[in-house]
Amino acid sequence: MSTLSTRDLIINVPGRPDGFALNMSIEPGQIWGVLGPNGAGKTTLLHTLAGLLPARSGQVQLNSRSLTALKRRDIARRLGLVFQERQDSFPATVLETTLIGRHPWLSPWDSEQGDDQRRAEQALNTLDVRHLSNRLLNTLSGGERQRVAIATLMTQNPDILLLDEPTNHLDLHHQVKVMNLLRDQAGAGKTVLMCLHDLNLAARWCTHVLLLHSNGDACWGLAKNMLEPTALERLYNQKLITVEADGAPVFVPVSF
Amino acid sequence: MTRSLLGLGVLALASMAFALALGSVTVSPADLWQVVQGEGSTLHRTLLLDLRLPRTLAAFGTGGLLAVAGALMQVLLRNPLADPYVLGLSGGAAVGALLAMLMGMGTLIISGSAFAGAMLATVLVFGLAHGTGSWTPSRLLLTGVVVAAGWGAVITLMLAITPSYKLPGMLYWLMGDVSYARSPWPAVVVLAVSVVLIMPLARNLNVLARGAMQAAALGVSVRPLEWTIYVLASLLTATAVTTAGSIGFVGLIVPHMLRLILGNDQRIILPASALAGGTLLVLADTLARTVVAPEQLPVGVITALLGVPTFLYLLHRSR
Repeated sequence: MSTLSTRDLIINVPGRPDGFALNMSIEPGQIWGVLGPNGAGKTTLLHTLAGLLPARSGQVQLNSRSLTALKRRDIARRLGLVFQERQDSFPATVLETTLIGRHPWLSPWDSEQGDDQRRAEQALNTLDVRHLSNRLLNTLSGGERQRVAIATLMTQNPDILLLDEPTNHLDLHHQVKVMNLLRDQAGAGKTVLMCLHDLNLAARWCTHVLLLHSNGDACWGLAKNMLEPTALERLYNQKLITVEADGAPVFVPVSF
Repeated sequence: MTRSLLGLGVLALASMAFALALGSVTVSPADLWQVVQGEGSTLHRTLLLDLRLPRTLAAFGTGGLLAVAGALMQVLLRNPLADPYVLGLSGGAAVGALLAMLMGMGTLIISGSAFAGAMLATVLVFGLAHGTGSWTPSRLLLTGVVVAAGWGAVITLMLAITPSYKLPGMLYWLMGDVSYARSPWPAVVVLAVSVVLIMPLARNLNVLARGAMQAAALGVSVRPLEWTIYVLASLLTATAVTTAGSIGFVGLIVPHMLRLILGNDQRIILPASALAGGTLLVLADTLARTVVAPEQLPVGVITALLGVPTFLYLLHRSR
C-alpha cells in the first residue's frame, strides 16, 4: 500500500500564474477524480504526480519520499499511469503490449516467464480483450485499445493507479466495468486517481474530488461535499440541472 | 524465436561458404572443406584465406553493423524510415574521406579521416539538437537531416573542384565498396562486442519504442538510454563507413524485413539484424565481384537490386 501526497505543489502550465498550491494526501482505498475544463492542467497534474514532468514549485511525495529522489524503476514498481494519448510507431500485438507492464519487475537479462504471461492474460480477460491477444494493436478500435492500455496497467500492478480519462472511447457497459474494476482495486488497498470529464461517473464512483480551474485555482475534498451544482457551474461555466437517480446526483447540462 | 536466430546463423555460414567458393577461380565444396580443415593446395589456401576470407568477413561485418545501427536509429527516432545515415553521419565521413583523397593520402589516412568525419558529424548533431535542452526525436531528426543536407553541399562542392582524374576513386567511395576494406577485424569485433553489450538493454528499447513518456512511466531512464543508443549507433555506422564507404539500403531494409517476419522484439531483432545484414552484404558483394567479372559493380547497387523485390514481396505477403 502506498500514499501519494503533494507539498505546496504548483504544476507548470506554461504562461499561467501559479494559482493555488496543492496540499493533498491520496491514501490507499481512496478513488480521486480530477475535474476541470479543457486546458485546466489535468493531464499536466497527472504527469507531474507521476514524476514525468517537473513541478514549478513544491514537491510530490511517494510514501513520504520525494519523487525526485527515487529511481524511475522504483517509482514504476509503485506507481503506474494510463496515458490519454498513446503512440504506436511500430506494429505490436495486444499480448506483447500488455506484457511490457512487467518491465519494471524484470532484471535486464530476464525475459517474461509463465507468471508474467499469466498476469497479462488475466488482465486481458478482466478487460474483455483476451480474444484479441494476437491481433495487432493498430487494427483495434479506440475502445478496445483503451481497454488494452488499462490491462497493461493491471499487469504492471502498482500500488498507485493514475488514469487519464480511463473511460475515453468506452461504451456504457465497459465504462461501468472499468469504474467497478477501479473500485475493486481501491477496495484491495490500491490508491486511485483519475482525470474525468463525466461528472456522473465521478459522482457515483469517486470518494474524493479535485476541482481544477482554468486560472490555477483548485479545491479538493470528499466527493459528496465537492460536487455542488453551483461550484460545478462555475468550474465549467455551464448551467446544470441536477436530478437524483440510483442513489446519486445526476448532472445534466442545460442546452442554452 | 531461438530457432529463427539459429536459422539465420546457418544462412550466414552458407552465404560465407558461397562467397569463398565463387570467383575468378571456382573452388569445389570438397576443396573448400579441405582448406577449412587446414589442408588443401597452397593455391587454394592463399586464394581462400588471404584473399576471399578477409573480404567476406569485411562484408559480413559491415552489413551487420549497418543493419544493427539502422534498427537502433529506428527505435531512437521512433521512425520506421530512419536509417544509419539519416542524421548525416555518412556525409561527415564522406567529406573526411574525400578531403584525404583530394590531398592524395594513402588508404589508411583515408579511413582515419572518414572515421574522424563521422564522429565530427555525430558530435555536431548531438550538440545542435541538445542546444536549448528540449530534446525530442523530431528535433533530433530535423537537425540531422539539415546537417546532412549541409554535408551533401560540401561533397558536391568538393567533387566540382576536384581534377577529373581523381573523380572515379571518389565516386566509388561514395557508392560504397567492400574492396576498400583493409582489415575485416574492426568491423567484425565492433559488431560482436556491441551486440553482446546491447542485449541487456533490448527490453528497454522495446518499451522506448512505445514513446518516451510511456517508457519513463514503466521505469526506463529515457535520457541516458537515448544517448547510449545514439552514441552506439554512431560508432557502429562510423566503423561500417570507414570499412567500406557509405553502402546504402542495408541499414534501412534489413530491420524492416525482419520486423515483418519476426515481430518487433528487439531481443530478437538486434541479433537477427547482425546476422541478416551480414548475410545480405556477403551475397551482394559476391555478386558484385562475379556478375561482370573481371569488372566489379558497386555493392550498393546489388543490395538495392536484391533488397527492393524481397522487401516488396514481404510487404505484399504481410497484408
